[in-house]
Amino acid sequence: MKRSTTSRREFLRLTTLGGAGLALGGVAFGAAEGGAIFTMPFLRIDPDNTVTVFSKHAEMGQGVWTGLSTLVADELDADWSQIRAESSPTGPLAYGNLAWDPSGRLQATGGSTSIFNSWLQLRAAGATARAMLVSAAAARWVVPPAEITVTAGVVAHAASGRRATFGELAGAAGRLPVPDAVVTLKAAHAFTLIGREGLPRLDGPAKTRGREPYGIDQRLPGLKIAVLARPPRFGSTLKSVDASAAKAIKGVVDVVAIDRGVAVLADNTWAALRGRDALRIEWDETAAETRGSGALLAEFRRLARSDEALDVVQRGAVDAALAAATTRVEAEFEFPYLAHAPLEPLSATCVLSADRCEIWAGSQLQSGDVLNAAAVTGLRPDQILLHTLASGGSFGRRANPASDFIRETVATAKATGGRYPVKLIWTREDDLQGGMYRPMNLHRIEAGLDDRGQLTALRQRIVGQAITLGTPFAALTVKNGVDVMATGGSAAEQYAIPNCHVTWTNPQVGVPVLWWRSIEHTHMAFSKEVLMDELAKSTGQDPLAFRLALLKDNPRATAVLTLVAAKSGWGMPLPAGVGRGLALQESSGTVVAQVAEVRLVDGALRVDRVTCALDCGVAVNPDVIRAQMEGSIGFGLGAALRNEITLTDGRVDQRNFDSYPPLRMPDMPQRIDVHIVPSTNPPTGVGEPGVPPIAPAVANALFALTGKPVRKLPLQGNGDMPNFPSA
Amino acid sequence: MLTLNINDRPVDVDVDPAMPLLWVLRDVLGLTGTKYGCGAALCGACTVQLNGQATRSCVLPVSAVAGQRITTIEGLTGPVALAVQNAWIQGNVVQCGYCQGGQVLAAVTLLTANPRPTDADIDAAMGGNVCRCATYYRIRAALHAAARTLPEASA
Repeated sequence: MKRSTTSRREFLRLTTLGGAGLALGGVAFGAAEGGAIFTMPFLRIDPDNTVTVFSKHAEMGQGVWTGLSTLVADELDADWSQIRAESSPTGPLAYGNLAWDPSGRLQATGGSTSIFNSWLQLRAAGATARAMLVSAAAARWVVPPAEITVTAGVVAHAASGRRATFGELAGAAGRLPVPDAVVTLKAAHAFTLIGREGLPRLDGPAKTRGREPYGIDQRLPGLKIAVLARPPRFGSTLKSVDASAAKAIKGVVDVVAIDRGVAVLADNTWAALRGRDALRIEWDETAAETRGSGALLAEFRRLARSDEALDVVQRGAVDAALAAATTRVEAEFEFPYLAHAPLEPLSATCVLSADRCEIWAGSQLQSGDVLNAAAVTGLRPDQILLHTLASGGSFGRRANPASDFIRETVATAKATGGRYPVKLIWTREDDLQGGMYRPMNLHRIEAGLDDRGQLTALRQRIVGQAITLGTPFAALTVKNGVDVMATGGSAAEQYAIPNCHVTWTNPQVGVPVLWWRSIEHTHMAFSKEVLMDELAKSTGQDPLAFRLALLKDNPRATAVLTLVAAKSGWGMPLPAGVGRGLALQESSGTVVAQVAEVRLVDGALRVDRVTCALDCGVAVNPDVIRAQMEGSIGFGLGAALRNEITLTDGRVDQRNFDSYPPLRMPDMPQRIDVHIVPSTNPPTGVGEPGVPPIAPAVANALFALTGKPVRKLPLQGNGDMPNFPSA
Repeated sequence: MLTLNINDRPVDVDVDPAMPLLWVLRDVLGLTGTKYGCGAALCGACTVQLNGQATRSCVLPVSAVAGQRITTIEGLTGPVALAVQNAWIQGNVVQCGYCQGGQVLAAVTLLTANPRPTDADIDAAMGGNVCRCATYYRIRAALHAAARTLPEASA
């Protein structure tokens, strides 16, 4: 790290200035600092000519360091080779997610909002810095600023032949006041980096060479490694522990009870794990969830037929429309709990003293983590210093309002009196059995078509646990008691159906749940899109034409569907034994359609080819967008093929990647083509919206192949798929 | 006391002989490029080369590898490694990157033994390395791209 302690303090002071400098999107840019380094809230220019962009959003693989840097670098007219990126500090208002809270108080990464909420803010940051570099050059060369050009990192004055790098001007620019006037941003035709092909990801070299530090890699002098023994059922609490055998293991230094279990601290992970194995614990299971998956499913089915529900969408007269329908289709869909299972297990490192708590972790929800750490320690939020490190995947897991893994780490540091730095890590078993799953869901749908085959009525009951009810997010995501994150994205919202009644029942289950890459759309898109194919088939219509007829007032979705159809060869003959299926979903403001081609090879499902089209507004980094679609297809396909978290008498059945098998190289489609609809609209997200369509596209391809609709996930071991092998 | 040969350097360690090599590398020696993902040889994040062969370090007792040649991602060198890492960077393969050290070591092992792998060869050699971001499509492409830059009879 080149940054000195002084400049870092100065940086933090400056970035917390409220109201001074240029305000845009609720964000104040502080004055630049003196010396040879030019620092602003979102970037630093060093004398060696590097430009470091401070990413307010967590890099988890989605490419946000590259994306935010592209916004800054384009308006700065920097050369891509001089750009670096790192995580921003936590706390200053500049780093809030403006999509979730325009006041900037919520530092968070999620909902595919990073590029969307940073589009103007980060470009303004680059343009402001550029204006200050130009001012510095104009003063040095005694020429009018308007005669100065900036191209690929070179500031130049053509008439006098003078040139300077950003690094040469950094010191002078840094001593200038931040301009009061709102800077002018480029018109789209002037972009040099936004939309450009061939930009390498900024994190590519370090990650390819094993040099990127992740949260779990944090090392400090005297560090102790902690693992936590958690109860075997959700809701159990500690009754008693005998730690004598654990403490006898060489390397174990401490065993402490915290609210969530018993922590074993050791000189290394191996000793900590052996120590944990040696604990003898009695749990109080009075409040434990003791039902198994079968009992839960029975309860969900009962609830799906009960009157205990809230209205999500109510329009027209669905009863009358169903009664008048020529064709009616009824279907019930089942979805399992799913674990995020990021390859980097959860971890955090904490150094605790009387007046300060310093934390290193991968985090998607820094503001919540700081408040929760403050609550655990009794310190003020401004005494919590959270460093965000790169995450080895997250998929929503590190954005949890309860801050489970952060709280455990801080509580362990507190319980050991801050005697040593503590790194608490979760094993894979802890991860798969530790809760915070994509909620199990049951959808019950009735749909009706008139004598012309038009979809006139939809009744849908969603039974699935709320995600944000009772959390601080409820103000944003709960409307009239209905959690949008459990209920959004139905056919009633995404297709023009005149009569709809969508209702939701929030079952009371003691299994903790959380958002999982694309949140409600993972299950909502599946029932919706599988139903569409059933409805089309029941009336002899083409699935593409059937959807297009319901999207007459939606030009974006129409364009995406039309594009995916053209590129996938929709309607063209297929070889014998190959099925083709289509699915569409809009989520996070991005419309994605996918066409899958599948075969059954010796009874096993093989997805050969996926064609994907999307409209995400301006394509800031086309190759990152393609990569997110490819990865989302694999991520969604892996879950759809084989993944489920099940319970037996309240205990989670899956333990590791043998019982929760991830997608592997041979499962990946051999061919994926991604087509981006050209657009001048502001950009929307791409980290999640590629996930929802793949499972229904594959299911619809199977339906086309076998004639039997798929109404249950995962596909493997699914009774709906008699030809499909069970595990 | 055990003497390990890590990245062509002798290193003395005083640890439980049953401790898996993974934790010796990460916790004792600070070589954190080798990752923990499952602890059960199911994901490949912990891959190192042992005498040139891709090996899971999370289930390998350190006492079993004393004196043998261990290469971690930090110490990976040579023309095949360079070709693979360049192909990875040029192909924008990484997403979260956590598995990629292991993927690169597996790829270098494959290309060293088989300079022109088929897709089936890649499935077989890389099937043990999990990528939760599912960068497999680009890993396959980068492996073929790296192969094209290497002589058919690789070193």
